[in-house]
Amino acid sequence: MNVYIPILTLAGLAALFACFSVTMATFTGPKRYNRAKYDAYECGIEPTPQPVGGGKFPVKYYLTAMMFIIFDIEIVFLYPWAVYFDSLGLFGFLAMLLFLVNLTIPYVYEWRRGGLDWD
Amino acid sequence: MSILTAAQAVLPMSDGAPAENVEPITATITAAQAGGAFPLMWLLFALPAVGAAVLLIVGRRSDRWGYLLACALPIGSFILACILLAQMMALPEADRQVTLELWNWTFAGSFDAAFALRLDPLSISFVMLITGVGSLIHIYSIGYMAEDPKRRLFFAYLNLFVAAMLLLVLADNYLLVYVGWEGVGLASYLLVGFWQYKDSAAVAAKKAFVMNRVGDVGLSLAIMLMFLTFGTVTFSDVFEAAPEASETTLTIIGLLLLLAAVGKSAQFPLQAWLLDAMEGPTPVSALIHAATMVTAGVYLVVRSNAIFDLSTTAISVVLAIGVITMTMGAWIACAQDEIKKSLAGSTMSQIGYMFLGAGLGPAGYVFAIFHLLMHGMFKADLFLSAGSVMHGNDDQKNMRLYGGLRVAMKVTMVAFFCGFLGISGLPPFDSWFSKDGIIDAALGVNVFAGLVALGVAGMTAFYMTRMLAMTFFGSPRWAEDQHPHESPPVMTVPMLILSIGALFGGLFFVYVAPIGEWLAPVTGYEESTPVIPEIPLKLTSLAIAIIGIALGWRKYATKDVPRVAPTNVTILTTAGRHELYGNAFNESLFMRPGQYLTRWLVWFDNRSLDGLVRGIATGIGDLGGKLRLWETGYARSYALSMLGGALLLGVVVATARWF
Amino acid sequence: MTPSAPVAFPDIQWLQLAPIIVVLGAAAIEVLVEAFAPRTSRRSIQIGLTFAALIVAFAIIVINAGTFQLVVAGSAAVDGPALFLQGAVVLTALLVALLMMERKVDPSGDAFAARASAMPGSEDERQFTARGYLQTEIWPLFLFCTGGMMLFLSANDLLLMFIGLEIMSLPLYLLAGMARRRRLLSQEAAMKYFLLGAFSSAFFLYGAALIYGFAGTVSFGGIADAVVGQSQMSGLLLGGIVLLCVGMFFKVAAVPFHEWAPDVYQGSPTPVTAYMAAGVKVAAFGAFLRLMYVAFGGEAWEWRPAFWVVAILTFFVGAMIGLAQSDIKRMLAYSSIAHAGFLLLGVMAVTPDSLSASMFYLLTYAIATVGAFGIVMLIRDDSGETTSLDAWRGLGRTHPLLATAFTIFLLSFAGIPLTAGFIGKFTLFASSAAAGEGWLVLLAVIASAIAAFFYLRVVVIMFFSDPVGSGPSVATPSWATQTTIVVALIVTVVLGLFPQAVLNIADHADVFVR
Repeated sequence: MNVYIPILTLAGLAALFACFSVTMATFTGPKRYNRAKYDAYECGIEPTPQPVGGGKFPVKYYLTAMMFIIFDIEIVFLYPWAVYFDSLGLFGFLAMLLFLVNLTIPYVYEWRRGGLDWD
Repeated sequence: MSILTAAQAVLPMSDGAPAENVEPITATITAAQAGGAFPLMWLLFALPAVGAAVLLIVGRRSDRWGYLLACALPIGSFILACILLAQMMALPEADRQVTLELWNWTFAGSFDAAFALRLDPLSISFVMLITGVGSLIHIYSIGYMAEDPKRRLFFAYLNLFVAAMLLLVLADNYLLVYVGWEGVGLASYLLVGFWQYKDSAAVAAKKAFVMNRVGDVGLSLAIMLMFLTFGTVTFSDVFEAAPEASETTLTIIGLLLLLAAVGKSAQFPLQAWLLDAMEGPTPVSALIHAATMVTAGVYLVVRSNAIFDLSTTAISVVLAIGVITMTMGAWIACAQDEIKKSLAGSTMSQIGYMFLGAGLGPAGYVFAIFHLLMHGMFKADLFLSAGSVMHGNDDQKNMRLYGGLRVAMKVTMVAFFCGFLGISGLPPFDSWFSKDGIIDAALGVNVFAGLVALGVAGMTAFYMTRMLAMTFFGSPRWAEDQHPHESPPVMTVPMLILSIGALFGGLFFVYVAPIGEWLAPVTGYEESTPVIPEIPLKLTSLAIAIIGIALGWRKYATKDVPRVAPTNVTILTTAGRHELYGNAFNESLFMRPGQYLTRWLVWFDNRSLDGLVRGIATGIGDLGGKLRLWETGYARSYALSMLGGALLLGVVVATARWF
Repeated sequence: MTPSAPVAFPDIQWLQLAPIIVVLGAAAIEVLVEAFAPRTSRRSIQIGLTFAALIVAFAIIVINAGTFQLVVAGSAAVDGPALFLQGAVVLTALLVALLMMERKVDPSGDAFAARASAMPGSEDERQFTARGYLQTEIWPLFLFCTGGMMLFLSANDLLLMFIGLEIMSLPLYLLAGMARRRRLLSQEAAMKYFLLGAFSSAFFLYGAALIYGFAGTVSFGGIADAVVGQSQMSGLLLGGIVLLCVGMFFKVAAVPFHEWAPDVYQGSPTPVTAYMAAGVKVAAFGAFLRLMYVAFGGEAWEWRPAFWVVAILTFFVGAMIGLAQSDIKRMLAYSSIAHAGFLLLGVMAVTPDSLSASMFYLLTYAIATVGAFGIVMLIRDDSGETTSLDAWRGLGRTHPLLATAFTIFLLSFAGIPLTAGFIGKFTLFASSAAAGEGWLVLLAVIASAIAAFFYLRVVVIMFFSDPVGSGPSVATPSWATQTTIVVALIVTVVLGLFPQAVLNIADHADVFVR
């Protein structure tokens, strides 16, 4: 049970902080509205108005997002590998090298095909 | 001189039964050992098969000479069959079983289905019938189909049929029988629907095909069961191993084989397709739906006698089906007004006799085949004559619109009359020997069946007289523009040749070449003693035939036949006109449930799961309604089906564990 | 945390793994080709690489014949069934690749969209098509899919099996949406396939988690040991088996997990449909057989009832709904569903004989399927392939050879003697009956008789009905499609007449390593 105490503590603190900041904001924050504030929040994507029946939809944002996930996962693997680098030895090094090469291939593909150009 | 001896002097008494103590065939010799023409027996079916292939592949370019080739090849087979028959007769009785292995199809270690042929007295009898009658009908078709633009195709299919039918009877194992079985089914389908621009023909072809498939499933299941039980499907091995199998297994195999036979031979309860099959050209009706293919069921039962002998249940069912169909067929034949349909009812009835014979066991096999051969000749003769009548009357089929044709179509009338003599059981013509053989044997084994057979013999005489009288006698009832004329010699000569067979076939096979002794080594034979002494029995059967003829003559020849079928008839006639409601029976038993099941499944697959989603969604109200908005397209119902399936599996596994 | 001794370099059986490595490696190279090669030369490079990789992989599979060992620390198996079915997959892939490179039947290019990203019906799409662009990414996707199949059926633990499953499936989801004609239908198919595929993967993973909870291991051998040591069946184990099976039933399109198949088969580009019907079936059944035989074979009596239900539903629903179809691709989809039902007999029997019979069945079915779809590609009208059965009316009169070839494939599907399909059905049913499932075989025979109807219906339509209008319009294919059809035809006929050699190979390969 002991091992879970720090995690539970952390979770509790996080919840407290979230509740606290949201509550405080409603009481203390200034309330000046403008047009942007009434827009839907899309975490960075341009909120293009859609014609009825569908229309063109910019995919650039999603391309970048997918690239992000790929490298995110790479980090998930790299991090423990780096911690245990010594005990994994040459095999670990070669395996990770292969993994990186494999990740690079689609990266190169996307780069060459213009997936990284915003415009 | 007592009256009995007098009768004996007048009426030929022998019925072709073999002498006592038949020795079964013991040795199997290969074609190579037998020498002579035996190694060439594959040509029997290969010749017509080549004909079909050439005509189909070469196509229109063979329009001018194709039909001649198609006629020549079955004749070639017939000549070869004659040579083989002569050779076989020269062999000692115990050696008359020659096999020829063309190619051994083995796999999976245990599976062994040789492409092997077997020639024994039973199969050569069939080969003679198929090639002989087949050749005559090919020749007849030259005239009958002369005007048809697709004559080449017709001959190609006809050759295909002959090849498949020969393969069926020559096969040395059940699997090869199955190949031939499907082949004749296909050819029959093609030929019944040959005039497919007529809706009725297309529907009839489909119906025949479907009902045959019901039987075919029986054959394929029987073959599989044999393979599982005996590990082989070769005739001799199966028959050898049969006594060791349990009676239940043998009964199931027997009943499955019977199902196949019933489908192919249009016996109760799968009889309804035969009357519709009369939509095909008449030579087809004569060859396939009278002389050969429809008798394949009898062949199958007699060939499998080793199995049926060991299962009293299976053989009793054969007997029962024979009795039922024999009566039904005759009943239908008495009521139908179309000449071919009446003949088709007669065919059903006569095959019923054969089933009855086969259902008697060893006492009757010989007579079943004897009657089959006789029937092949007189019924082909009758059909060809009927075709000739139609040919001369603008394809008019309704007998009520014939009448008095004896003047215009003399040769045809002679041929039809010979067929009439052959079927109606008058001495000394075909049925007098073969049908009475069955009746005699039946009276010794099952008195009830024997008495019914006697009664139906009277009906046979009645409906044949009815046909004869309505067609050739009485006053003319034709339409104004109908000019009855005799058919060309290319049609009448085959008819007359068959007439000779219809008249003297019985005498020949009893006195010249005793068919019983010929077949008994294959089928086995047991003497059965009828409950009625022989002479009175013969006299009774003769009397019944004469009564039937007299009744028919009185009703249809001496009185005017109305041109439109009267409606104030007994319920028996109405039922007969409706083919004893066989169609309604089949529709309610097979077709509708199948259709409903398919429709229901389709409906279920397309809609109901979606509906289920909706039902649940409205059921749980607003929340469900909102949840539905998240779902896209129909994928939701598919996913729901998967979820339901997963739950179902869980329930099944949990339940199975419980037990 | 103190570092322990370095992990030893594990013994990796390179030669045994080589077929998979070659295929996946070539796929990776093809991605680079896409990145660097000029557009005009891409297609020929990709095709060359694809065929080279497949041929080399097949050669190595042949060299490896007789191998019987676990590789990569027990997570994959190279044994008789794996090699036989990998061989079947690679052969299928070769035939499908020939269909994919066909450019003659469609005047505007191959079977795939000029640019899959262009919106259907848009001006962009029209221009890409007019310029003759080709989407060459299909080739690396195809090879990834093939490699995934090979991995899938030789995986010996649940994790690797799942990875194989996904490597196989993901490229297929994409390929399904790339049809040149009827693009909306194609994209809808891809979407459905993806959504439902993901759904089924979730089942599979959940099952794997439950099994891990039960056995404490994901390796099949370990699971089998845990299962045998068990006196009381655990709910975890049964639940896990059921969920894993749901995932597999989806992939093989067994009822009631089949509904995606007709929609997806209909919408996908025909070469891809052929690959789904043939390759995926082989791979998924290969993996399914291994899973049920090796990991859960000791408990067959526990899960068999579920298989009874699914198998009976599958072959009857497949056969009966197939009867009502008027679209040839949907009909073949229901045909493949019915075949999945028959193959389930082999999965549940758990005997060496049924294993070898199933493998033979898969091979014959896959080859005939590719051949049949190869012919489907050729029947066209102005808007591309026309899959309505009406378009096949009178094909036997106008194109007798083609119609005969199609008939032979259909006869093989129907299991008519002297075709490979008959041998497959026969050996499968016989082995299943020998395993004590006689009653089920009886039902299967009835179902196959019903199924024979809808195959024969097409034969009848082709040969005995009058053509509509000016008759079916049939494109003349290039040598590639012709080769596929002819090879498939030869295999179907030869395996029907002289099956023993291949049956022997299957019989020698009838044991899973564990």
